[in-house]
Amino acid sequence: MSDLSASGIVRVSNASKDYRSGSALRGVSFELRKGEFVFLVGHSGAGKSTLLKLLSMAERPSLGEVRVSGYSSSTIKPREIPQLRRRLGIVFQDFRLLPDRTAEQNVAFALEVTGSPHAQIAPKVARLLTQVGLASKATAYPHELSGGEQQRVAIARALANDPFLLLADEPTGNLDDRATHAIFLLLREINARGTAVLMATHDVGMIQRSNLRFLELDKGELVFDGTDTARLLADMRGRR
Amino acid sequence: MRLALREVLLAFRRAPLLAVLGVITIAFSLFAFGLFGLVAINIRSALRDIEDRVEIRAFLVDGARDAQVEELIRGIVNFPEVADVGYVSPDSALQRARAELDEFRDVMEGTFLPGSVELRLKEGFRDPDRVQQLSRKLETFAVVDEVRYGREWVEKLYRIRNIAGLAGSVLGAVFAMVAIIIIGSTIRMAILARTREIEIMRLVGATNWFVRLPYLLDGTIKGLLGGALAVLMAWGTATMVSRNLMATTFFTGEQVMLGVLAGGMLGLVGSWLSVGRHLRQVWREP
Repeated sequence: MSDLSASGIVRVSNASKDYRSGSALRGVSFELRKGEFVFLVGHSGAGKSTLLKLLSMAERPSLGEVRVSGYSSSTIKPREIPQLRRRLGIVFQDFRLLPDRTAEQNVAFALEVTGSPHAQIAPKVARLLTQVGLASKATAYPHELSGGEQQRVAIARALANDPFLLLADEPTGNLDDRATHAIFLLLREINARGTAVLMATHDVGMIQRSNLRFLELDKGELVFDGTDTARLLADMRGRR
Repeated sequence: MRLALREVLLAFRRAPLLAVLGVITIAFSLFAFGLFGLVAINIRSALRDIEDRVEIRAFLVDGARDAQVEELIRGIVNFPEVADVGYVSPDSALQRARAELDEFRDVMEGTFLPGSVELRLKEGFRDPDRVQQLSRKLETFAVVDEVRYGREWVEKLYRIRNIAGLAGSVLGAVFAMVAIIIIGSTIRMAILARTREIEIMRLVGATNWFVRLPYLLDGTIKGLLGGALAVLMAWGTATMVSRNLMATTFFTGEQVMLGVLAGGMLGLVGSWLSVGRHLRQVWREP
């Protein structure tokens, strides 16, 4: 099943991803440990989204291996992918809510389609919405919610199946500073309850203030893995 | 399952015209099969009637001796396909002809009719090929002059039955293709309308089966409805023919069930072919 160390939940070994248009990732290696909070930083096109796709097994690496929770990209069977996805939470910059369903229906949807027992859905949805601070807007439709609120719904949905890892692809990219900060705090809180978080962003300030581990991608290569933000600042400014 | 059924109902409500169209084309497809199937069934029962009467008559040469006739009959009795044999002597042939054709009694005065041997065949040995084979065997006897049987009739009926079968298959197949295409395109529309939902289902870990099930159910239900409609149409036609033209045989209960099931299969195949292709199309990876 797994040759990961006891606390390792993700191991990317020398992973490359080539598309017809060119290579998106080259020889990336790193590990994520249980309950960790890690940023993924880099300019647009640096390969952040590609890396997240490899982790959700939406794509397979062209070379190398990606291991997530005992599943290896080189041996996972198509029918095992849904099993893996249920253990991952995924959120995006554009929220991806269903516009014709209310906040609670959007969260319930994730439970319904993964076969949760009917009786357990309503109480669980209520608990999730409370957790993200949206209990009072349960019956609101996405268009009635602010960007930050929509992202909270999306996060509640991502948490529906109790993931061990939350993948967030620039979750604050569409939000103003206040909402960004609130979402970050929410993710930290979720992390504090034991869920590992990998958050892609290009908000250097956030990384700097938090003093957490970050992975820096540049043109598809992993150029830094650590907490030294001084270097990051120089890097990001230098290329801007 | 409950969720899937709800989706099916939703799909019917979303595109009722297409749903009805899908059901009707499946119905027509199976109706074409069914109609020609009925023709074939009725011809077959007619054939069975006629086959019951299939007789081969071997006319004997002029002046055949009794010993020769006996030898012939002994030979015939040993043929495995023969049910029974009878001898009609020249005298009794004449008597029979006189009785049957009373108004020509005078004409037949003093005429000579050849003696003959009549054979009835066992069931399963009455198709044109066997009959012909047997008659050739009979012709090898020196005492046999000429062999006759209702050859043209039998062959014609067999030919009609084969043509009916072929026409039904071809027409049915064409309708089946159209049905598969229509069902496929309904599903394509339904899938394209729900791209986002499908994307999210996959994202949160719904199994492939779960994503597919509503569409497969949708196609199968339409197919079953189409099959039932086809049976109804065929029954209506058969009743009309029975009332106005001639007595007809209708399908047995099992054949009716088979027709409805065939509709279900057709719907399932149509949706199966479409669902895989279009799900891949809309599956924009996260």
